[in-house]
Amino acid sequence: MSSRIVRILTRSPLHVVIIAICLLWMLPSLGLLISSFRPAVDVTSTGWWSVFQTPLRFTQFTVANYVEVITDQGMGRAFVNSLFITIPATILPILVAAYAAYAFAWMDFRGRNVLFIIIVGLLVVPLQMTLIPILRVFNRLGLSGTYLGIWLAHTGYGLPFAIYLFRNYFGGLPRDLFESARIDGASRMKVFLRIVLPLSVPAIASVAIFQFLWVWNDLLVALIYLGGTEDVAPMTLQVSNLAGYLGQDWHLLTAAAFVSMALPLAVFFALQRFFVRGILAGSVKG
Amino acid sequence: MGKRSFSHWLYVAPALLILAFFLVYPAVHTIVLSFGDKTGEVFGGLSNYRFIFTNRGMQIALRNNLLWVVVFTAVTVGLGLAMAVLLDRVKYERVAKAIIFLPMAISFVGSGIIWKFIYAFRPASVGQIGLLNAIVVGLGGEPIGWLIERPWINNFALIFVGIWIWTGFCMVVLSATYKGIPKSLLESARLDGANEWQVFWRITFPLMRSTIAVAATMMLITVLKIFDIVYVMTNGNFGTEVIANRMYKEMFQFKNFGRASAIAVVLLLAIIPVMLFNLKRFREQEAVR
Repeated sequence: MSSRIVRILTRSPLHVVIIAICLLWMLPSLGLLISSFRPAVDVTSTGWWSVFQTPLRFTQFTVANYVEVITDQGMGRAFVNSLFITIPATILPILVAAYAAYAFAWMDFRGRNVLFIIIVGLLVVPLQMTLIPILRVFNRLGLSGTYLGIWLAHTGYGLPFAIYLFRNYFGGLPRDLFESARIDGASRMKVFLRIVLPLSVPAIASVAIFQFLWVWNDLLVALIYLGGTEDVAPMTLQVSNLAGYLGQDWHLLTAAAFVSMALPLAVFFALQRFFVRGILAGSVKG
Repeated sequence: MGKRSFSHWLYVAPALLILAFFLVYPAVHTIVLSFGDKTGEVFGGLSNYRFIFTNRGMQIALRNNLLWVVVFTAVTVGLGLAMAVLLDRVKYERVAKAIIFLPMAISFVGSGIIWKFIYAFRPASVGQIGLLNAIVVGLGGEPIGWLIERPWINNFALIFVGIWIWTGFCMVVLSATYKGIPKSLLESARLDGANEWQVFWRITFPLMRSTIAVAATMMLITVLKIFDIVYVMTNGNFGTEVIANRMYKEMFQFKNFGRASAIAVVLLLAIIPVMLFNLKRFREQEAVR
């Protein structure tokens, strides 16, 4: 019993630090959440924390903002469109990047390092600079306004980060694994599918989370390549039409922000279980 | 795997083709435009580059970006690493991680709104709707123009928003690697009498060095391109301009495609030292594995 108290006491600074940071990090989101349940007039006249002065006066809260965002014409359609854009635009870059990163990490060929450095360097190309030249080609190929076009575009923009992270992770896998597989006569493809991918689940999960998030929250790429028509527009586009882009309808934007972050958060929670200890246990030289 | 074969090209070709079209081609296009006049239409030699390094507004943007590079990168990577390591020891790890990650999931319009509410500034005579100033006034102080006081307060106020958003990214990337370190390795060091501090610096840190470098590289690139926070919060007013916001203005507001392109090329050049460092690191990784 007393040893338990000692343990709790010695560990308490750890908890204090963690909880303090979590509170600090939560505060802005909490403000956003509370604001999303307040009427439009209140949002711009008093601070969101003023609800705590009368926490039990429920009339100061309203779900009207949410009702307006969710029941808006076309929001259901936009949700489906968002999914239809985001899922392939998450899977495609992961596949393409994993193959490339495997070659960069474990195959020897001329120009390998130079190519790799160029790919990572491409991360710095500002997205805005690519829009006009790409759109011109898209128009000529008939790809603008199509899902295929936007899947490929998001794949292109997501590849450098995915290749970079995968190459780093794959490259850290111990050489013994590959040597013993080679002795067993496994082909490169077999090594990739049976050894590299299963051991890289945490890296794949982190790329999946971020790519999903970026595509889901993207407005610019969708606006340029898909156009604004309602039958293809994703949620970000629908919301910005509803509230006026960067407009003053803050009460709607706060509710919309929460509606649109629900799914990425669910994905984050679902993929968290792949961040497990010991996936490399027994295969790392001590 | 030294035998002569070309199958590696089958693995890299899809990625190279897609990248060539979506990033290399526009990058070349941008480089060509940057040597035009300010709109990029006729040849202008180095005039756009001369503008970047002599224009007063551009110099402020370069200075601010330098501040961003140092503070933002150090804090996001440092705090992300601390969270990845510390949260592994508590039972509420998943909830705490979700909280730190949360800001990444909020669209930048959403985060812009909420931080405007936090930094909002009104004269002392009326009620404050900004949280920070409500606290300052509550403690008996004068309200502060968080986004107006130059050059330190407003730039740090903006940088903090960036840190708030991106620390979760570093935490997730670093945590994926931290979880890959076999627990037995850490346990045996502890049994040998090493304290937590020594375990971290002698075992954890060296094993995570390459992922830390990845996180730092990503943050450096992010910060060079940082745009939306400044765009939403101040649009570069009050001496808070950054390079990418300036590029956006030149491009979409003034239609100066040549100038905007030159700014983009400067960003490309700025990343070269970081890439060379990465190259050196990968050579080392290959030498030891």
